[in-house]
Amino acid sequence: MLAALIILPLLGAVVTWLIPSDRLRPIVLSVFAFGHLGITLRLLIATPPPSAGGWFNLDALGKIVLLSTSVLFFFCAIYSIGYLAYRLERSNRVLCMGLLICLSAASMVTITHHLGLLWVALETTTISMTPLIYFNRNARSIEATWKYLLICSVGVALALIGIYFLAYSTIVARVEPSLLLDDLIRDADKLSSGWVHAAFVFLLVGFGSKMGLAPLHTWKPDAYGESPGLVGAMLAGGLVNLAFLSLLRVYQLCLATREILFFQNALVVMGLISMLFAAIFMARQADFKRMLAYSSVEHVGIMAVALGLGGKAIFGALFHILANGLTKGVLFLSSGNIHRSYNSKSTDHVRGVLRRLPWSGGIFLAGFIAITGSPPFAPFISEFTVVSSAFIQGRAVVGALFLVSLGIIFIGMALTVLPMVMGEAPADSETTSYRDTIWTVAPPLALLVLVFVLGVWIPDPLMTLLRDASALLEVRQ
Amino acid sequence: MITIADQFLVLVLLINFVVLGTSRLIFSIRAVAVQGVILGILPALIHPFSWHLVGIISMILITKGVVIPLLLNRAVRSAEIKREVEPFLGYVPTLLLGAVFTALSFGFAGKLPMLAEHQNYMFVPASIATLMTGFLILTTRRKAISQVLGYLILENGIFIFGLLLAEAMPIMVEAGALLDLLVGTFVMGIVINHISREFSSLDTSRLTSLKEE
Repeated sequence: MLAALIILPLLGAVVTWLIPSDRLRPIVLSVFAFGHLGITLRLLIATPPPSAGGWFNLDALGKIVLLSTSVLFFFCAIYSIGYLAYRLERSNRVLCMGLLICLSAASMVTITHHLGLLWVALETTTISMTPLIYFNRNARSIEATWKYLLICSVGVALALIGIYFLAYSTIVARVEPSLLLDDLIRDADKLSSGWVHAAFVFLLVGFGSKMGLAPLHTWKPDAYGESPGLVGAMLAGGLVNLAFLSLLRVYQLCLATREILFFQNALVVMGLISMLFAAIFMARQADFKRMLAYSSVEHVGIMAVALGLGGKAIFGALFHILANGLTKGVLFLSSGNIHRSYNSKSTDHVRGVLRRLPWSGGIFLAGFIAITGSPPFAPFISEFTVVSSAFIQGRAVVGALFLVSLGIIFIGMALTVLPMVMGEAPADSETTSYRDTIWTVAPPLALLVLVFVLGVWIPDPLMTLLRDASALLEVRQ
Repeated sequence: MITIADQFLVLVLLINFVVLGTSRLIFSIRAVAVQGVILGILPALIHPFSWHLVGIISMILITKGVVIPLLLNRAVRSAEIKREVEPFLGYVPTLLLGAVFTALSFGFAGKLPMLAEHQNYMFVPASIATLMTGFLILTTRRKAISQVLGYLILENGIFIFGLLLAEAMPIMVEAGALLDLLVGTFVMGIVINHISREFSSLDTSRLTSLKEE
């Protein structure tokens, strides 16, 4: 079953490559996405034992990321049927192929316990997303593509040297040389500490830049702003979580060594810097897609702070994987609709969305309320858990800075979003043939319903999963 | 054999300085290709014979020595540029910085605990120095091609370190990493061609329309 998770999307990539029709391709994409979701749910219920040798092991952490990626991908695929019908001016072959290859590599990241393989899969997700950012074929999107490709590749390359340092620390320690997570954790006390320390620095910088933690986030607003809403949703809700999962693997290893305090402090500092950066750049942001990108910088910051705090906040970090991933889907998909209708991303032109597109505008507004951490949506639960945990642990400064940034971000985002959805469309704004249809509205709406349900009620199996995953990240004495 | 390996590493370090000091793009591409070929030969000198090794070596020689240079040459020709003009930092300062970084990496490597049999060889300092050179080129050059070369040199630095880890890195992973590098550079080559079509130059400092006002 684990193999099917990888092979099915790859098969889908081949099929979409062979299909000549631009209309048929998104439907095939959806079929394969549905198959992947089915396999994922089956694997969550009946988890296979770790493979011989320990290379593949779907543990609780992997399950959470796999679930959120697969669900988000499914709704994005359904959305693509309606969305790509408006983009028939160019072939969507590369787009559909890239998405499926990325899904395959993403599944690999979630199931593997071998750090080398994890690196290969993570770099594959980076590369497979590159042509997708360039979907619009203009000067602005090529600039965004170049920045994304270069910064992410260099970042992930630094992570590779971190992984090499870890491998060398096993050789110096004269334990069995290995890059399997479980072996490394078992031998953690014996590993050469100088190398391990250097490795953690490189891994944090490498995976941090892939995740978009400030000050390594500079590619993010460009890539998210210039790519189609559909791709933005996968970048902000999917790839970010994969990089976070890689950081969680490093964190697991840190717990077993003496480096955990250093790593936690670094995470808290980087996380808070990300939130403050986002707060500064969010204010007076005239491009609503770039605004969403800064919101993504904010939320990776929240996850980093939560991980760095440890204790109860870990639960918040893990729940935020789902909450942030799904809410980003809501926002990017509905913003894609708005972009289609006005043919502009600037809030100078985009006004009165609620009048013109009541559904997309309403979903976008609700998504804004959800992502800023207002009840009764899921992000509220994770953010509240993190803040309360910060104060319980007596880290009032961290908690206070966290709350202040959230407040500034709420105001900054509201100043962009509210004028956008309210009022009248300006007379000179463009009108395209785009109309809200069931295909483009239902997927973000379904995601919104999920975010709402998770905000008021977490099903028991999911609760157990989150508890199991938190247990993997607890500090052992 | 390992002393010969050390000689080769000195050559790798020299090539770093060649690339830092030249403005001719075709020449830089060749220099990086030579560096790749040297790195392809190195595993043969330090590891005993095996078919795995033959596979990896031929893969490295083909990708780093032939495919990637061809791709980059084509990009240079289609964009009709010959030189790196006005880098963000001049050639002499970057050369000096390169020298400083190389010295620092020898110091840094001396501080880390090494396995006794690796103690006297310069894999680690050469690796870190090459890594830093790649970084320097990435940050100081304007042309997209030069930035790709910087990325390649950075990867070469990582690769030198990987030579110490033959037992820990299974062949599949090694091959996967190489493949990713190749595909990454391939995609970069394609993007470069699109940049030149869109801006009629390869100057990344023109890529400034996406900025916060």
